[in-house]
Amino acid sequence: MISMFRRAYFFLIGLFLALPLIVVAGVSVNEKQTLAFPPQGFSLSWYGEIFLNPEWRNALFASVTLAVLSAALAVAIALPLSWFLWRRIAPWANIFQLLGVAPFTLPPVITALGMLTFWATVGFYGQPWTAVVSHAIFFVTLPLVTLSLGFTSIDRSLVEAASTMGADERTIFRTVVLPLILPYIVSGYAFAFVLSLNEYIVAYMTVGFTVETLPIKIFNALRYGYTPTMASVTILFVTTAAVIFGLVARFGDLPKLLGAMSSDGK
Amino acid sequence: MRREPPQTLGDYAPLLFPAAMLTIFFVVPFGTMIAVSFFQRQQGGFYTPAFVFDNYARFLSVFFGGVLGFSLLLAITVAICCVVLALPFTYMLTRMARKVQVVWLVALLSILSLSEVIIGFAWSTLFSRTAGITNILVALDIMAEAKALTPSFGAVLTGMVYQAFPYTVLVLFPALVRLDPTLTEAARTLGASPLKAFFTVVVPALRNTITATLIMVFIFALGSYLLPQLLGRPQHWTLSVLITDQAIYQSNMPFAAAMAVFLVLVTLGLVALTVIAGRKGEAA
Repeated sequence: MISMFRRAYFFLIGLFLALPLIVVAGVSVNEKQTLAFPPQGFSLSWYGEIFLNPEWRNALFASVTLAVLSAALAVAIALPLSWFLWRRIAPWANIFQLLGVAPFTLPPVITALGMLTFWATVGFYGQPWTAVVSHAIFFVTLPLVTLSLGFTSIDRSLVEAASTMGADERTIFRTVVLPLILPYIVSGYAFAFVLSLNEYIVAYMTVGFTVETLPIKIFNALRYGYTPTMASVTILFVTTAAVIFGLVARFGDLPKLLGAMSSDGK
Repeated sequence: MRREPPQTLGDYAPLLFPAAMLTIFFVVPFGTMIAVSFFQRQQGGFYTPAFVFDNYARFLSVFFGGVLGFSLLLAITVAICCVVLALPFTYMLTRMARKVQVVWLVALLSILSLSEVIIGFAWSTLFSRTAGITNILVALDIMAEAKALTPSFGAVLTGMVYQAFPYTVLVLFPALVRLDPTLTEAARTLGASPLKAFFTVVVPALRNTITATLIMVFIFALGSYLLPQLLGRPQHWTLSVLITDQAIYQSNMPFAAAMAVFLVLVTLGLVALTVIAGRKGEAA
């Protein structure tokens, strides 16, 4: 009885989660430029449109560039900080950990507006690189969390052994610490990358009028009616996210990254 | 290697870059926003440094009070719906095989990372007359004629629950995965049905987690900005929408900043409440 209830419950939740994507996937393969479901005809031309139409291609390029750079900057901020907190006893330094988590905890419109007032005040409003910095600060939480988790899982006696053998700080970091936390760096980067790819309001408030990322492009296009290209972009994005998280799960320990204690998922 | 306090100035070097970045690009912008909220607005979209409370006073009108009330009510409804749906789901998920868990977690993360624009677009398609869910119902002979289900409050609520559900599961996951399985086993041995064990053992044991999750989802939902615009009518717009509207289209930065500061205060107040509730729960 209970397993039947569980199956039905999981099926309904799965349906709820999948239904919009199924309909959008259907719309994305429509042959004509209509928003119809079930799809009429079959064509992958709307997927081609993302790469062939210069407007959609530029938006895709802008989104990917922004995500690649801002995730890298987020990791560059998170790595030395979490290393320092793991290596040193400096309780006051925890305040920076807190500052790194804060932008992500508050409603995004607040970070976005803070960035807007700041860039406008210092005179850089609308510069493409301001979006990179804004996204890096907004998403620094993700590498911070995965890296702190990574550092706590390092066995300190390993580092102790290297130290006794005469390795200096730099060598220890390069040969012992870095290989051990590399999976956490990669997953922190992956999380920040995927979320940055999809982020709307911070990008809109910082460079919305000069750089059009894909979410901004979709929102602007929505005002003039629907085109199946939006549907194909949606499917492209959700597939990209699923592939990246799938890879994180394949090569890392996803349940542990998300808070389970040990690797058996209990 | 044991942790040591920094001894030389050089030991602080790794902290330099992160500390500078977070201070310059988070603390300073946040401070700027607070300062601007007290500035005097000039005609034509400019503002001059001042120390006035006009922007906050204006916020205390019936109209903005209504918007704030609606935003809070919407966020509370979303939080309750999500926790009610996600608690049994997450509990059962943590009891499943690891492989199954990973598949669900990947799916949930993928949906969580979807842009609000995309979620809004997907649901507006699903609720539309031409490509929507009503077409499926017509095909099944349940409904006579396809119709549009958006814009409406129900559409906004559905979209927001969809957006917040993966987040809720991921917030609940660590606590539920670490829940001592012997608790329910004991209840089962004593003759409780699985359902009864869930409600009399699991739910009370997780009281603090549930409260904390409710508040976190509430804050998450409070940040929703595009879904009310894409799926609702103007009366369904939230504070986030108004803040952006004032900042970008009305060029009234001081007023937008005042509303944002107010939103921060509400959020922080709720976080403080969670901490207090958590402490009380521990003491009891």
